Amino acid sequence: MSLTQTPPMPTRDISLEGRGEPIGDKIFRWLLLTALLLSMLFLVVLISFLVIKGWSRLDSRIWTNMPNPRRPQLAGAQSAIMGTIWVVGTTAIISIPTGIAAAIYLEEYADRTKRFNQLIEVSIQNLAAVPSIIFGILGLAFIARRLGLGFTVITAALTLSLLILPTVIIATREALRAVPQSIRFGSLALGATQWQTIWKQVLPAAIPGIATGQILALSRAIGEAAPLLLLGGLTFVTTNPTGLDSAYTVLPIQIYNWISLPKEEYQILAAATIVFLLILLLAMNAVAIFIRNRYQKRL
Amino acid sequence: MIKFFLIGCALIAVVTTALIFLSFIQPTWEFFQLVTPMEFLFGTDWAPTFKPASYGVLPLVAATLLISFIALLVAVPLGLASALYLSEYAYGSVRKTLKPVLEVLAGIPTVVFGFFALEFITPTLRWILSPFFDGDLPQIFNALSAGLVMGIMIVPTIASLSEDAMAAVPNSLRSGAYALGSTKRQVSTMVVIPAALSGIVAACVLGISRAVGETMIVAIAAGNRPNLTWNPLEGMQTMTAFIAQIAQGDASTGSIAYDTIFAVGLLLFIATFAMNIFSIRLVRKYREVYE
Repeated sequence: MSLTQTPPMPTRDISLEGRGEPIGDKIFRWLLLTALLLSMLFLVVLISFLVIKGWSRLDSRIWTNMPNPRRPQLAGAQSAIMGTIWVVGTTAIISIPTGIAAAIYLEEYADRTKRFNQLIEVSIQNLAAVPSIIFGILGLAFIARRLGLGFTVITAALTLSLLILPTVIIATREALRAVPQSIRFGSLALGATQWQTIWKQVLPAAIPGIATGQILALSRAIGEAAPLLLLGGLTFVTTNPTGLDSAYTVLPIQIYNWISLPKEEYQILAAATIVFLLILLLAMNAVAIFIRNRYQKRL
Repeated sequence: MIKFFLIGCALIAVVTTALIFLSFIQPTWEFFQLVTPMEFLFGTDWAPTFKPASYGVLPLVAATLLISFIALLVAVPLGLASALYLSEYAYGSVRKTLKPVLEVLAGIPTVVFGFFALEFITPTLRWILSPFFDGDLPQIFNALSAGLVMGIMIVPTIASLSEDAMAAVPNSLRSGAYALGSTKRQVSTMVVIPAALSGIVAACVLGISRAVGETMIVAIAAGNRPNLTWNPLEGMQTMTAFIAQIAQGDASTGSIAYDTIFAVGLLLFIATFAMNIFSIRLVRKYREVYE
């Protein structure tokens, strides 16, 4: 260590420590944190309010009984729960393969400098922000009437598929983008075709990310009410759907229906059903987060 | 072969946009045969299901703007502050605990927000504010309650997009400012925010677009009475709430009242479309600058 010379010792002690965070900075930092804590407080109040309000009706009647507009103590949401399963299940069958296919094209094949592909990109970004009730109008004019599918499970599912397609595509693309290029190059170097590379290497590596995205998109479909108001979702239904051409109602719409009834018992029932819906959504989100954390590190 | 199938799936997005436009054409055309565009856009009385009917859309537009404005007063400060904290201040475990709050908030169905506005926020507002006003203000259905809750609903949208924009600001800019002796607050407000401004504006515009298009909160908490007023303590009907109300069966298929869904819907679509495209352009611009 002969290269470095020891500098002459300072005659006075110089403290290199700052004077701490200036008071203005401290206030600013706390203000920013307060904004986040306010959102958190809102969530806590929201959930406590719902649980307290709905507590007396939070029992098995929600899924064993049918809606009843006159006798709130007998009312339940079974037809709405089954309707949600039918509608969102069908939506999943339609939107997941289409969304993944579109994402594969945009990520693996498309030349982004071409106008044609830019048009697709902008359409997807725009559709992701189009109000959901506009999709209801599209479903009403085109799917229910022009295609003549009426107010049925399949109309609702097709409409919701179009609604969540941008979300599915965007999430899938992110998952595909996270797959390292080296995997693609390795596969291509061994003589695999581009499709073999995608099907055998890229997709399996991206599956955890894709699955997470799909679950989050479907949980959006479960909570969506506005477009289905235009598609006959509010009709009074006391039977479970039996096929794609059945009349239907779904949980958020059943809740909306109870909110609009004057009796206080229905408001309590609405709160209880909301808690049921939130638990369902929370469970789906937990699965999504579990998949993400479990498989993320293997890449 | 496979590639064509994949292109087909990607084209659905373009086709959907085109179909939305097409769906509007015929009913809107029929509507404007009976009501002049001037009468529709500048009329101050909205009563399409009454006799004599009146088709001035201004009360619905004004209500939409007022409620969106209240929502933005809540969402912009909260969203930006949250984004700034998450991007500049929160590390590791703090970030891991706070960020999911916004994600959970983003996942709550809007019908739930509407119920909360009507059953919790409105009674609270009435309890606080009614001593200051005579009469029955704030009304059971009022714009303020819907707007406040809608504001919280939009916070995740604004926060996550602004945070992306802030994360895209290169660290060299921050380091430069620190080297000149700036404090963290100065770096945040005088370097990060200006550098991320186009992304932040895009986030806010997208937030407005969401507020304007939100249906369930206003349909539940703001009421269904067209009301041309700037008083947020009164009930009023927005464009989306009107569409939802008519769709529930107040008007028969093919009637002019039914066609109003499409006329109002077209206005809503054009407004949100313009905002979305503006915001997409802005985001692209900041990406080009920093990436």
